[in-house]
Formats: sequence, C-alpha cells, structure tokens
Amino acid sequence: MRLRLVPQDTAYDFFRYRKITSGISIVAVILSLVAWMVMGLNFGIDFSGGTTIRSESTQAVDVGAYRAAIDPLGLGDVRITEVFDPSFGDDKNVAMIRLQAQEGVESVTAETIEDVRTALLALDPELQFASVESVGPKVSGELVKSAVIAVAVAMVLIMFYIWLRFEWQFAIGAVAALFHDVILAIGIFAVLQIRFDLATIAALLTIIGYSINDTVVIFDRLRENLRKFKTKPLVDVMNLSVNETLARTLMTSGTTLLALIALLVLGGDVIRGFVFAITFGIVVGTYSSLYVAKNIVLQLGVKRDWSKPDAGAGTQFGDVDA
Amino acid sequence: MLHIPTWKRVVIWALVACGVLLALPNVFYSRVEGHNDAAKLMEQSGLSTPELEAELAGWPSFLPSGLVNLGLDLRGGAHLLAEVQVADVYADRMRGLWPDVRNALRAERETVGPVRRLDAVAGELHVRIGEAAGMARAIDVVRDLARPIVSLTGVGASDIDVRGEGDVLIVTLSDAEKQATDRRTIQQSLEIIRRRVDEVGTREPTIQRQGDTRILIQVPGIGSAAELKALIGTTARLTFQPVVGRTADGTASAGVGNVVLPSLDEQGVFYIIEDRVVVSGEELTDAQPAFDQNGRPAVNFRFNPTGARKFGDYTADNIGSPFAIVLDEEVISAPTIQSHIPGGSGIITGNFTVEDSTQLAVLLRAGALPAEMTFLEERTIGPELGQDSIEAGAIACVVAFAAVLVFMWLSYGLFGLFANIALILNVGLMFGLLSLIGATLTLPGIAGIVLTIGMAVDANVLVFERIREELRRARGPARAIEQGYERALSAILDANVTTFLVAAILFTMGSGPVRGFAVTLGMGILTSVFTAIFVTRLIMVTWFDRARPKSIEV
Repeated sequence: MRLRLVPQDTAYDFFRYRKITSGISIVAVILSLVAWMVMGLNFGIDFSGGTTIRSESTQAVDVGAYRAAIDPLGLGDVRITEVFDPSFGDDKNVAMIRLQAQEGVESVTAETIEDVRTALLALDPELQFASVESVGPKVSGELVKSAVIAVAVAMVLIMFYIWLRFEWQFAIGAVAALFHDVILAIGIFAVLQIRFDLATIAALLTIIGYSINDTVVIFDRLRENLRKFKTKPLVDVMNLSVNETLARTLMTSGTTLLALIALLVLGGDVIRGFVFAITFGIVVGTYSSLYVAKNIVLQLGVKRDWSKPDAGAGTQFGDVDA
Repeated sequence: MLHIPTWKRVVIWALVACGVLLALPNVFYSRVEGHNDAAKLMEQSGLSTPELEAELAGWPSFLPSGLVNLGLDLRGGAHLLAEVQVADVYADRMRGLWPDVRNALRAERETVGPVRRLDAVAGELHVRIGEAAGMARAIDVVRDLARPIVSLTGVGASDIDVRGEGDVLIVTLSDAEKQATDRRTIQQSLEIIRRRVDEVGTREPTIQRQGDTRILIQVPGIGSAAELKALIGTTARLTFQPVVGRTADGTASAGVGNVVLPSLDEQGVFYIIEDRVVVSGEELTDAQPAFDQNGRPAVNFRFNPTGARKFGDYTADNIGSPFAIVLDEEVISAPTIQSHIPGGSGIITGNFTVEDSTQLAVLLRAGALPAEMTFLEERTIGPELGQDSIEAGAIACVVAFAAVLVFMWLSYGLFGLFANIALILNVGLMFGLLSLIGATLTLPGIAGIVLTIGMAVDANVLVFERIREELRRARGPARAIEQGYERALSAILDANVTTFLVAAILFTMGSGPVRGFAVTLGMGILTSVFTAIFVTRLIMVTWFDRARPKSIEV
C-alpha cells in the first residue's frame, strides 16, 4: 500500500476560482507591503549597525534589572530580549542585548563591552557572554546595498533564463510569482518582527530558488502539452499540466517541509529565524507556482501555432531545445 | 533497451567510491584533526615525540585526510573586518621626500632663494621658496627627483606631482603612485598580520583581502575579538629619534621639523623630538622578552648590519645627549647615550609587565604595520555556543534524513528504497566534495544540507512520477523506466539550473555564513542531480536486469 498525497488521476480545475486566488494574492501582497511600510522591519546589526551580545546564565533573566544595570552607561538605545527555546534546560537562560551603533566609532570598542560585562556581572556572577557581534555603520550600509543587488540580480538572471528556455510570457509569470513570494516573506517578517539580517537575505534567495524550481517543472510540462494538444483551449492545457505534475509538486514540497520542520524544531534558536523564513517561503512558493505564475501566463496568452515558423518577437529562443 | 555500458557503470561507481572515501575522514573528525595537526607539526619542526606519533597513528596516512572546515559560528573564535588607512603611508612618503627636496633646492639657491617647509595637510609637502620668480626652475628641479613607476595602468607616469601656487611649491603623490602604494600597503599589512597571528600559533586562521582596502581576519579558538585586536591592531612602529627637549606642555610649539610626543607611562610628560628617524624597527632582526639588570621586564633587540652601523655611528657622535625610543607616536623611554654602542644590539626598558614585554617582542619580530587600521566589524563566538549549534544541527540533520527516507519508502516502495540509497550516497558525496574543495561549514551551511536532503529527492520524484504516468499508458516496465528518465530530464535540468544560479549569486555576493550556505546548497545540487540521473538509474537498471519483473509498481 503506497502513501499517496494526491489520488492517481486528478482533474482539479485550478482556474475555476481564478479571480478569487488572484484576489487573495493581490490582497496578501498589498497587506505585506503595508505591514512593511507601517511596522518596518526589525533589522539586525548586519543592516543597521550596532552590537548584539548573547548572554547565558544559570540564573533566570530579569530584563528590567539588566536594563537598569546597562542604562547608566549611556549607550543610547538598548534592547534586551530573553530567548526561549525548548532545547534549553532550566539552568540555561539566554538573553540578547542589542546596543545601537555608537557615535564616532565604527565597531564598538572593547572597553564598552567590558563595561557592559562588569555591569551585568554585578547583577549575576554566573553570567557569560556566549557571543559578541558588532558591525559598524559603514559596513552595514554596504551590506544593505549588496543584499538588494543580490536579490535583484537573482530575479533578472532567472527571468532571462526562463525567457531563453521558454517564452517571455512564462518569464513574466515566473518573476511575478517570485515577487509575490518575496514580498509575502518580507511581510511576515514585518508582522512578526523577526530579526531581518544577512541570513534572511540568504533565505529569501533560497525561496526564490525553490519557487522557481517548482514553477519551472510545471512550465516544462505545459510546454510539452502545448505541443501535444495544439487545438485544446489554453486553460484546459494548463489545467492538465498542473494536474499531471501535482503529485510531484506536493511530494517535493512534502519532503522539503519534513526536513525543514525537523530543523525548525531541533536546530536551535540561533538559526530559527532563517529556517522559519525558508519554511514559510516553501509553502507560499508552492501556492504561487500553482496559482500566481499560471494565472498570469493565462492572462498574457501564449503563442499556440507551432506549425508555421514565425519570426515574431520574443520567441526565437523559445524552442531552443525543441 | 535498458542498457548501460560497462565502462559507464565503472565510472559511476568509481566516482561514488571516491566521494565516499573523501567524506570518510569527517566521520572520525577529532581523530583526523589530531593526525593532521601532528603531521603538520612534525613536518615543520622535525620533532617526533611519542605523543605526536600516537596522534599521527590515529588515522592511516594512505586514506584521504581532508576535512570540512568548521566556520567560526560552529567552532568559536573571533572575526574582524579591518580597514587599512592607506593614506597614512602618503604622509610617511612626504616626510621621507623632504630632505631630498631641500637638498635639491639648496643647490639652486641663486634662482629660488632660501627654502622653508610649511605645515600642510597630511600627504602633501608644502615648501615656501624665497624668490617666487624662480618657481619654474624649482618645479623643474623637484620634478627631476621623481621616479618613473611601472604598473599595468600607469606606464610612463612618475611617482610625484609637483605644482606651484604663488611662492609655495606643492608636492603630492601622483594618482598612479597612490594606487601602487595602496596595493603595496595592503600586501604588507596582510603579510604582517599573518606573521603576527602565526606567532601566536592558532589553527587555520583566515586572513584575506576584501575589496580595495579591507582585510578580513578570522581566528578560530581565540578568546575574544578584543584579544585579537590587541595583537593585530597595534601598528608597532618602532623608531629611534634624537631628542630636543622635555616639556610638561603637550601643546608646546615644537618648531619646524620637530614633533611633540607624549611619554608612554609618565602622565603629563612630553618630549620634543626631531622628526627624523635614526634607525627604525624595520632594521631589527630579532626581539626577545628579557629582564634588565634590575630584574624588570624588558625587550632585547638586535639590528641588522645596516641598522647596526647607523645606530653605532649615531651613538658615537652623540655621547651625552638623549635619544628617544618611540613606539606608535609614544615615547617608551629616552635614555642618555653613555657610550658608543657598536654591536647593534640593545635593550628597551620601560614600565612593562611580563605580558607587555612578551607582546612587544612578538610585534617587533613580526614587523610594523605600514598603516593604521580601523575595525569595521567584529564578532566573537564562544566555543560552547558553537558546540551547541553543531549538536542541534546534527540532530536536526539525522531526524530530517530519517523522516525523508521513511516518507520516500512509504510513497514509492522498492523504488523509494533505490532513491534512499542514492540519497545516502548523495550526502556522502556532498561531504566528499566539500572536503575536497576545503569548504567551510557554517550554521546556515548546515541548514543548506538539511534543505538539500529535502530537495535532493526532487529529481527522483520527477522521474518516478513520470514512470508512473508511462505505466498508466500501458507501456512495458522497461520502456516506462526509459521514457520516464528521458522525459523528466529537461524538467530536472531546468529546475536545477535555476536553483544553481541562485546559489552562485549567493556565493559571489555573500560573505561568511551566507557563503557557507551557498556552498552547501550549490554542491548539494550538483551531487543530487548526479545521483538522481546516474546512480538511481544504475541501481534500478541493475535490479531490473537481475529480477526481470513482468510488471513494476512505482
């Protein structure tokens, strides 16, 4: 007896609720953008400069007392949060202390860290600094720039590759799906105020990679079917293609999610934000390759008449492997 | 129909065996690490102790011993991003140029009149000449001092620019020379940082250039970034300079050609020093921590022959007058020259602790940095945090792996088992490849491995689903398998090329941990495509040849 995520032959009509799914996507994207604008992102030190100190102690963390101990040092904005993780025992209490970038210096000086350490040790002699990271405003500015460039370059390259291998309508659809996924992921970071740092950018790019992977597999089948069924209406061919690849789509998403959930639960708190971003992206990416990308291709229409060679625009690379 | 030539089978299995063999050392990580360290130590020092022999014997030397490096976030250590203040060197160059300019202009006294050096912004030399009318001649004379520079871009360019403004002659380094100087400065800084870090003897430090003027330093195992900064952040420029006088006023006017420098350990004491270097730390051949005759910590030093001669001549000519030992613009001490010192060796005393003198000796031996550095980024990761991360990552990997294996077996039965064998080999190959290229594994890198475990089955899933479809079209099993592979190939390639593009972008744009993630993701794509297209297929065909099933169920 085999485990099957989907029945053997499916004929779901993925375009029946096309208006609704498109609507949901548009609303979700708008909401994400609003959340991004209104709530802002919780930038990590990679992007905003400053210092984070991870403290570990056998004694319980008292955020108020920590703050009272650090405030007299006059370090400006200090944020202290306690970190919870199921893997921590009772004798492991972790806090993250975040200092803003200090005036006039690039990375924070050793003396400042020593001051903070002394102040906190008076409070809790068991306290240890598990990690201290400091990034100057100069580097953080550059990191923002290179992160934005990385995402943009990824999008452009992918669009170009899809255009080369398929047709321009597919490229538009695929990239629209990517925008959808990335914006939704950024939105969830804004809503939940999860720390947004370099690793998050890596996560976003991974989402892009995964989402495009999914989209491409379906497009590949669509291209094949378009050649096979020359007269069938586009919407039917698309439905057929999605149904034929549905088992694979869900199967791969399934195994990937299985692996990611293991990492999310057991991988420790240090990379939880990173793994969460990827996990969320896989779910959204699967949805967007089923709905967003194809809705757009359907809207744009595809050249169907493959019998007559047509020197029409944008298609000369379309059948590069035909 | 389902035929794979023997040579192909041999090549595939040989590649798999190679990969697994290369990955093997990682299973016995600490033992192989001990072996490697011992081998390196014995090769360097030629020593051989029973302990080292035992360490060496812990891993047979005929097996590969390459390991996946652990990144700082997994091993603990310190990370610094330093920016070299390359412009510092311009000022040094101008200071060195002044005596030549003065001598050249003095020879032309009749046309240019008396010359005087003016205070100017760092990196520029301003000289006032007595006769403004002689400016053209003065410029020509100073231009003659210029040397041509040879570089890829600036053939025929000279190293200094000379111009006149009224009666002031202005000398600056030319742009081409600035570029060449910057390059040299960074090279030297890299070399000196490397020497200093090596002196402390930690394992596998990373010291690399980043961008035009930056240096990235990562030292595993070091306690904190502050410790590392103390070691590499000091310029350690040692000079011996003539003393003009002593003062309590730090703002006192020193007169042209002199500078006021504070004393290192006496508060409120300043020395007026001639801005002229008799001998510098570059001419030292050795420096060792020692004790002076009163039993206080000190540093013994020895000059090379030229340094010794200069030092000897100077002390012979200036008996009875003080000279200053200056370290990084601070006077360590200013003893009076008692007698001619011919041997070229001496002792630096000061208010040192034993640690200070040891550190100073290390810094002097390694040499001075050509320019100051500012630190843009520093990170310290404690070893416990790294250990926790490795453990959590390892558990997550095992669970993810097991879950995927079970899921595949439940979904595809026997064929799922084939895919599982390929998946296990895939992880082996991935580690083999990572060891081979000496990649660094970071925490996001572990996430990359887990993600690859999840996604690696994708290619197999594509093929299996395709085979199912072909079977439903009532094809024979052999035909279905063949068609399945053929038809799925284009989807496999397209899907993986795009993901690989993303990994490549991450690798070029990212740094540190992110790059570690890109490497594991990229390698994972390569090995998973290889195992899916070749290994699973080979297993399947081998099974098919033996079993000759009438029908198959995927």
